[in-house]
Amino acid sequence: MKTAEEHWLYTISSKKKLIDFNFKEIWRYRDLLFLFVKRDIITLYKQTVLGPLWYLIQPLFTSLIFTLIFNNLADIPTGEGVPNFLFNLAGITSWNYFKECLVGTSDTFKKNENIFGKVYFPRVIMPMSVVVSNLLKFGIQLLVLAILYIYYVWFAEPSYNIAPQLNILLFPFLVFLMALLGLGLGMIISSMTTKYRDLSFLVQFGVQLLMYGSAVMYPMAYFQKKLPDYYWLIEWNPIAIIVESFRTMAFGVGSLDVNKLVYTTIISVIVFLIGLVIFNKTEKSFIDTI
Amino acid sequence: MSSDVILKVENVGKQYRLGLVGTGTISHDLNRWWNSIRGKEDPYLKVGESNNRSEKGNSDYVWAIKNINFEVKRGEVLGIIGKNGAGKSTLLKILSRVTGPTTGQIKTKGRIASLLEVGTGFHPEMTGRENIYLNGAILGMTKAEINSKIDEIIDFSGCLRYVDTPVKRYSSGMKVRLAFAVAAHLEPDILVVDEVLAVGDAEFQKKAIGKMQDISHSDGRTVLFVSHNMAAVKNLCSRAVVLDNGESIFDGTSDQAVNFYLNLQSSKNTENLLTRTDRKGTGEIRFSKVELLNQDGNAVTEIISGEYAKFRLHMVFNRDVNYKDLIFGLVIYDNNENKIADFYSDEMGIVFDNIDSYVDLELNKLMLRGGDYYIAIAVQTAIRVVQQIDVIHHVLNIKVFSGDYWVSSKNNRATNVALIDGIFGAN
Repeated sequence: MKTAEEHWLYTISSKKKLIDFNFKEIWRYRDLLFLFVKRDIITLYKQTVLGPLWYLIQPLFTSLIFTLIFNNLADIPTGEGVPNFLFNLAGITSWNYFKECLVGTSDTFKKNENIFGKVYFPRVIMPMSVVVSNLLKFGIQLLVLAILYIYYVWFAEPSYNIAPQLNILLFPFLVFLMALLGLGLGMIISSMTTKYRDLSFLVQFGVQLLMYGSAVMYPMAYFQKKLPDYYWLIEWNPIAIIVESFRTMAFGVGSLDVNKLVYTTIISVIVFLIGLVIFNKTEKSFIDTI
Repeated sequence: MSSDVILKVENVGKQYRLGLVGTGTISHDLNRWWNSIRGKEDPYLKVGESNNRSEKGNSDYVWAIKNINFEVKRGEVLGIIGKNGAGKSTLLKILSRVTGPTTGQIKTKGRIASLLEVGTGFHPEMTGRENIYLNGAILGMTKAEINSKIDEIIDFSGCLRYVDTPVKRYSSGMKVRLAFAVAAHLEPDILVVDEVLAVGDAEFQKKAIGKMQDISHSDGRTVLFVSHNMAAVKNLCSRAVVLDNGESIFDGTSDQAVNFYLNLQSSKNTENLLTRTDRKGTGEIRFSKVELLNQDGNAVTEIISGEYAKFRLHMVFNRDVNYKDLIFGLVIYDNNENKIADFYSDEMGIVFDNIDSYVDLELNKLMLRGGDYYIAIAVQTAIRVVQQIDVIHHVLNIKVFSGDYWVSSKNNRATNVALIDGIFGAN
């Protein structure tokens, strides 16, 4: 049956392959990815007065509150010579990127029901565009972190003696892991919420809870000292490892465990692959169940 | 098998579960999963009935479409017609890969792009130009392709002045024009079009139909056209498939298919007028049924402008009365209750004395433009004074599809008024 006229471009069928990830097709739609990113960026703060300043207000105020509550009120130490505010800001900035990726992708199917119901393009473009457009937001927030860092080192009285470590060069890799993990979890959740909406309620407060378990406002070592019995809860939390690693790279306090980073990498890749498989399985039929 | 088949639909079926998603769903899902890991067939595929929405079924599963088979050749324009709920949209959704089929497969040699509903993904806050890029990319164009066509697209849409204004300031007509302009400049091998011609004003519709003709005739691309507009199907398509209750029941030339479809819409909708109480008159004669018969003698509710038509008024008599000098009248209204045309038997010099069961009003050419109309009928006597015997308003709804009255291969405008014969000339 392998004659020339049986040469079909593609087949739409009921059969489902486990991994049906067409990189060639995604590459062909790369322009769409960037147009979605552009759309997200230019439309997010339309008709607001402060505009992109909102990118900065949220992390700055959150770290201010955290500093007040956790450091001034609850006396959580942030490590030798690290300003509390900067410590919190670094935690929040990195946590935020993961959170935005997760939350932004977790309702992919529900949010885009309308457009997915009418026209085909590789669905995975949508969550990918969320991850990329969050990257820009993350970049702006990092810039603010850098500016405040410089302020604390050179201009604050008394000045702080902190310096980034050489391993900060690994930082883009951390970002990549966060994107992978957020995207993977988001795809799993968005696939599951198409039929059973229960999960979307879980996301709302689950993300809140996860933040407290992700070493955002405390160093991991302090948690271990205070609550050794529960340390396992956060010790193997990949997000906590990423957040802690970032602060270690930036301030030179805390621990950077290569084994744990390898572990986080493996977990992230696994979560991403599982997400991809489930997402691909869902995209074929979700429009009937949503 | 000829080598220029570009699209092959084999045994395609799509099953849906009716009712709500609830705890029952999860048990079905688990059952299905359990069967699939044991390598068995989905147990729910066997159940399910054909999709007749007016009847109560025994199963929670229905087949929206079932066993659809057809082939499309390169450059062919295939029409797909059917009632609401016949499965047209489901088929198109599967073709455009929005949802997958439950059974069967579709093989294609070209890229398929659909105009299921134009304007998908328009963002109100972005300008027309930005939306052209976004919408074009969603429909599968690359940025470079759009760049090379942007001027043409803007020109076609006729929205040049507004192109740098956010789309939320557009009128709905302008949005549709812009969206169609983008879609019309796609260059897929197979274009799927659904009802886009229902939008926009007459001028734009003409442009849209012209563009579709260009696409198929000069560019040699394949078009699948789904529509309720019978005249457009006749004009544009070379072949058509008729769907009914999810099954393909006819496949032939578009003229044959349209006739087949119109005959299918038989007198199901004709109501029994004897139960109507909103009537005037003495009631010695009572209308029982009104039918619209087409040239094949079938009772229909949809008919093409300019074709033969016959109204048949059935009635029952009180046999004790001697009927003399009966005058029948029939009035055609549009849906806004404007009188479009009326007919009176006495003017035609015809006197009815005794009738067996029905009276016919024969129209050699149904001189109505495309649109929806309804009929009112009356019978009266004029022996001494005019006396109404039975008058009923709104006895039959008819849908008229635009035709090509002047045989100019131009679809007449569906302006919902009477069509009057005449011809322009110049000196």
